[in-house]
Formats: sequence, structure tokens, C-alpha cells
Amino acid sequence: MTSPLDQKLRIEGPVVITANRLRDGAVIYRTRQGHWTTDLDAALIVTDAQEAAALLSAAAAEGVLVVGAYPAPVEIAADGRILPGNLRERIRSSGPTFDLPRVPADV
Amino acid sequence: MYIYDEFDQTLLDERVSEFRDQVKRRFAGELTEEEFRPLRLMNGAYLQLHAYMLRISIPYGTISSKQMRALAHVARHYDRGYGHFTTRQNIQFHWIKLEELPNAMADLARVGLHGMQTSGNCVRNISTDQWAGVARDEIEDPRLWAEILRQHLTLHPEFSFLPRKFKIGITGATHDRAAIRMHDIGLYMRRNEAGEVGFEVAVGGGLGRTPYLAQTIREFLPKRHLLSYIEAILRVYNQYGRRDNIWKARIKILVHDLGAEKFAREVEAEWAETKDEGLALEDKNIAEIAKRFVYPDYEILSDHPPELAGALKDAEFKTWYFNSVAPHRVSGYAIVTLSLKPEGKTGGDCTAEQMDAIADLADRYSFGEIRNGHEHNLCLPHVRQRDLPELWRKLEAIGVAIPNVNLITDIIACPGLDYCSLANARSIPIAMELTRRFRDLDLQRNIGRLHINVSGCINACGHHHIGHIGILGVEKQGEEFYQITLGGKADENARLGTLIGPAVPYEKCVDVIEDIVAAYIELRERPDEIFVDTVKRLGIQPFKDRVYATR
Repeated sequence: MTSPLDQKLRIEGPVVITANRLRDGAVIYRTRQGHWTTDLDAALIVTDAQEAAALLSAAAAEGVLVVGAYPAPVEIAADGRILPGNLRERIRSSGPTFDLPRVPADV
Repeated sequence: MYIYDEFDQTLLDERVSEFRDQVKRRFAGELTEEEFRPLRLMNGAYLQLHAYMLRISIPYGTISSKQMRALAHVARHYDRGYGHFTTRQNIQFHWIKLEELPNAMADLARVGLHGMQTSGNCVRNISTDQWAGVARDEIEDPRLWAEILRQHLTLHPEFSFLPRKFKIGITGATHDRAAIRMHDIGLYMRRNEAGEVGFEVAVGGGLGRTPYLAQTIREFLPKRHLLSYIEAILRVYNQYGRRDNIWKARIKILVHDLGAEKFAREVEAEWAETKDEGLALEDKNIAEIAKRFVYPDYEILSDHPPELAGALKDAEFKTWYFNSVAPHRVSGYAIVTLSLKPEGKTGGDCTAEQMDAIADLADRYSFGEIRNGHEHNLCLPHVRQRDLPELWRKLEAIGVAIPNVNLITDIIACPGLDYCSLANARSIPIAMELTRRFRDLDLQRNIGRLHINVSGCINACGHHHIGHIGILGVEKQGEEFYQITLGGKADENARLGTLIGPAVPYEKCVDVIEDIVAAYIELRERPDEIFVDTVKRLGIQPFKDRVYATR
């Protein structure tokens, strides 16, 4: 079956480059400095397919750190914060939309 | 319980060691993700939306208390304190870290658990009736045959790269509690006219984008030929199954395209070449494996002991008893279902504390044995009837004595978009809201038996096609919508549900289900005509009218 990650690259608005961190699967975002962060607000925003493709190539070269990099849509809030652009990305960013049986802090 | 031998343990230990090395090489950059991915998947490790998920196989749904404690340990030390029992008698941990995965696998291997063949295009965990070996309506315990198949098909080189994943289900009972017709191969134990026990063989079931029920291609297969016949089916599939199109790669498509009769002829021709060769099962080989199944040393007891009769005067106990306790094949004993469907929580989730407590209760009341079924519930299969009142109080204390088994809040739902990278829409929040909306137990009991199944995408892991009410999440222009099907059934009279009309938006979905249920209560002929029978009698039109008249 086809994962959304395998769909053709198409940029229709602001995106960030996101991936999962190899060692633990955590959701990460590419920063302006060329690092990776779990903080969406620190992500580099891209609006151009060519630039996104270049960043994806760079991410692919860092295959020991990240898995499955792709451009994810974002929205820019009035106060400048970066918000996930769809439900899937909101869930990737914030976790399941309900309380887990135990919150991480309890473990 | 089946007792694994040293061969099984060596296999698991070697597999852990091999995977540890593969992870090390991946972190060192010696393996690319493309090279590593199939290796981790072969061990049941998926990368989901926000973490790795580890799927552990529970062969034929039988878990020892020792294994349950090991699962609790993994939940507590490597995950976020819980696990999720799935619709295929597996358990999933949704927050595993790759760097810790080899250690988690090593801890599980010590109690004979692993994730092999819980992913990939191979024969997956062979599932069966969670009441196997204890059900009153059973011809024979099917787990012996599931174990023979497991041993033969584990890491079988010819069948490790099939066109697509392959699921086998087997039951020995007359009532199908294991959704056998939705399996790639469904096996029913049958007795022939001579009184011999063998198998009816059905092939080509599966849900997903193109749902089909398995069709019988052989009415009676003698037991000794089980392996050769299954191999013949797999070989025909391996040869003719579509590898060019993932949506057409399952055996159900091949059986449908060829027609069951032609497919059966192909299998019989293949089988004729091999059935009398090395795969025929000799009595001594069967006995050798059967010997490793240890059955409880039951006491000689009578049904309906005075302790039970006394406790039944308590209305709450009585409600639970008539909902969650089933007759056992041995007098004086009972089968107890533990509902993992509390109001407003994720169905099938079980915390580490609950797992440990259930393991302790299994040791005390059920000969150390626990089962899990495809509805994401657990069961204690060997409970003395006189212990039921005491056990009930202890199950209540850990939140698993909810008397909603087979009622409207006993919902099957896939993880959906909250966890799964393939999903288009959320499943769990829909199921949670339904459990809140129908929280009144009197209402649930008035509605009676009603199975709701929710899937978050067309892959149908929530088995929505065979729910009395099926709910399928789809995405339309970035919004979640839900298609509703009515009239599906998973049992021995299995059938696929019928779509009632256009999908409804997320925020209306539970209202729509409420309308459908209200229509059923008005339309049923008598209080004991269950929902699915009303749909069968009247068709979907009255329900469709109710749903869309004002929308």
C-alpha cells in the first residue's frame, strides 16, 4: 500500500522538512542551520519545490540520523508561530488526540 | 499451554543477536534505511507517525502468566506503560525506541515471545478461537494444528517472500469466534461421515480495498495431509499471485479472478504431486507435538456450586456473570472474558499494572493461562465456578470487569490516524465517543448484541466490512469523513456489510450511529431480534432513510 510519504513532491504553500529520528522515531524538523529539532517553531520554512528538493537531498545524505524526510505543510499564525498544516501533521507534532493510558511523566 | 523446546529458544536467541548486529550496523551507517527497513519489519518493528511500533505475535492467542509479566515489563521499561492487544491476536507497543529494541526483544525471547512474521509478505501469526480447548461446542482443540503450521511455516524459505502478507485462521468449534472467513486460508475442523476429524478448507478471504469472504475449496481434508495441502495452496499463490500491483496481490484477488473451482483444481493438481511425499504427518510426529501441550489438572467439580448461586443474588455480579462468563467443557469450570473496553478509553489497551495483575489472577484462578481474541479482549479460560464471585471483585478493582462484552460499546477499532502512518482518519476517538454516548448499561442491554467496527483507512484493520455497523474513515479535502456499512457479520454466517450512502463528517458520525440504533429499536420485531437480524430482514433502506432524511 502507498504511504502518504511516497506521494509525488508538490509544494502548495509553506512547508517544513520533517522526518523521524532514527534512534527513537521521534518527529523532527530541519532548522535554518541545517540541524534537526523536535521544536516545530525552530523549523526552516520553505515555499519553493526546488529548495525543498535540495533540503530533502541533504537529509537523505544524513541517513544515519533521520528516516523518511518529506515536506509537510504548515501555517503561520498571526503571532508568527508555526502550526502544522493538517491533522496528520498536528498528530505527528502533538501526539494522539486523546489521553494515553499513562502520560509519559508518570512512567 | 504449549511448552517450547530448546530448538525454539535457540532460534529466538539467534534472531535477537542477529537483529542487535543489524541495528548496530544501521547506526554505524553500514546499512541504509532501504536495506535496514525489511530487516526490522521481519522482526515486527514498524515506524509509525511519531515512534517505532513493535508487534509481538501471540500464537493462537494463548499467553502464560510469565509471558504476560514480560509484556508488562516491556510496557514499563521500553514503552509508555501500556500495550495494545490487536485484532489478530498480537500485541503492539507504540512507543518503542530503536536503540532499545534489541534489549526489549531479548527480554521477550526469554519467555518465548517474538515479532517474527508479524510483518512482511509471509505467513503471519496463525490465529484461532480464544476459547480453543475449553469451548463446549468444539470438535477438537485447533491449537495443535496451529502449532504444527507455525513450526512448519516459521522462516520457511519458499514462503518468506509471497506476493503479499498471508493470514491463516483455524477453529475447532461450530460457532466461529475467530472470523475465519476473512482469512487468506480459513480452516474449520469437521467430522466426516466415517467419524474422522479433518478440515474444511476455505481460501481467498480478506477485507481491505476489495473485501471477499473465503470460499470453501475442499469439504474435508484428512489431518495427515494438512501441511502438504497448505503448501499446495501457497505454491499456487506464489506462482500466480500478482506481484505487479499491491492492491491486487492478495490471494483473494487470485481466487476471485480464477474462480474458486479453477483455483481448487490448480491446488489439487499441485497437491497430487506432493501429498504422499515427506510432508504427510505421521501419528508419532503429531503425538510428539501434542505431548508438549500441557492441559490443566482439573478438579472433579459440579456445575452451579452454592458459592455461585449465593453470589447471583447480587445484581451487579449477576449482570457481569450473564455477560462475561461462558460455559466450559469441564463441569464446575467457566471461561471468563475480561473487557478491555472501558468508557472513554482506547479499546484493547492494557497498562503494565493491569497486565501484572491479570498475570497474578491467572496464576491464582486460571492455571496461569490467559487468552486474547480478535475483539481486543482477554480471557481467563479455566476458572472454577465457585471462584467467580471472588475473581469478579478483583477484576473490578483493575477495571476489566465491565459487563459490555458483545454489546454496543465492545467496539473493535484500529489505531487509526492517531498512531498509524497509513491511516486517513481517526478511529479511536470515534469509538471513545460511542462508548460515552452509549454509556448507560441498561440501554446497552436493551439494544443487545451489536458489533461496531471502526477502520481509519481502506486497509480495514478494524474489520469494518464485517461489523454489524461498520465505520470507515476517509479523507476528503483535508477533512475526516466516515462511510457507514450495515449488516456485516464475522461468524459462521459471515457476510459483508452494505454501504448506506455518502460519508458523514467526523462531528456527525456518532450522531448518525445513534440515529441508526434508534431506528433499529423502533423497527425490531421483538426485543430479542438483534440488530443485524433486523437489517437482514428489512435491508438498509429504513436506516438510510433515517440517516439522510434530515441531513
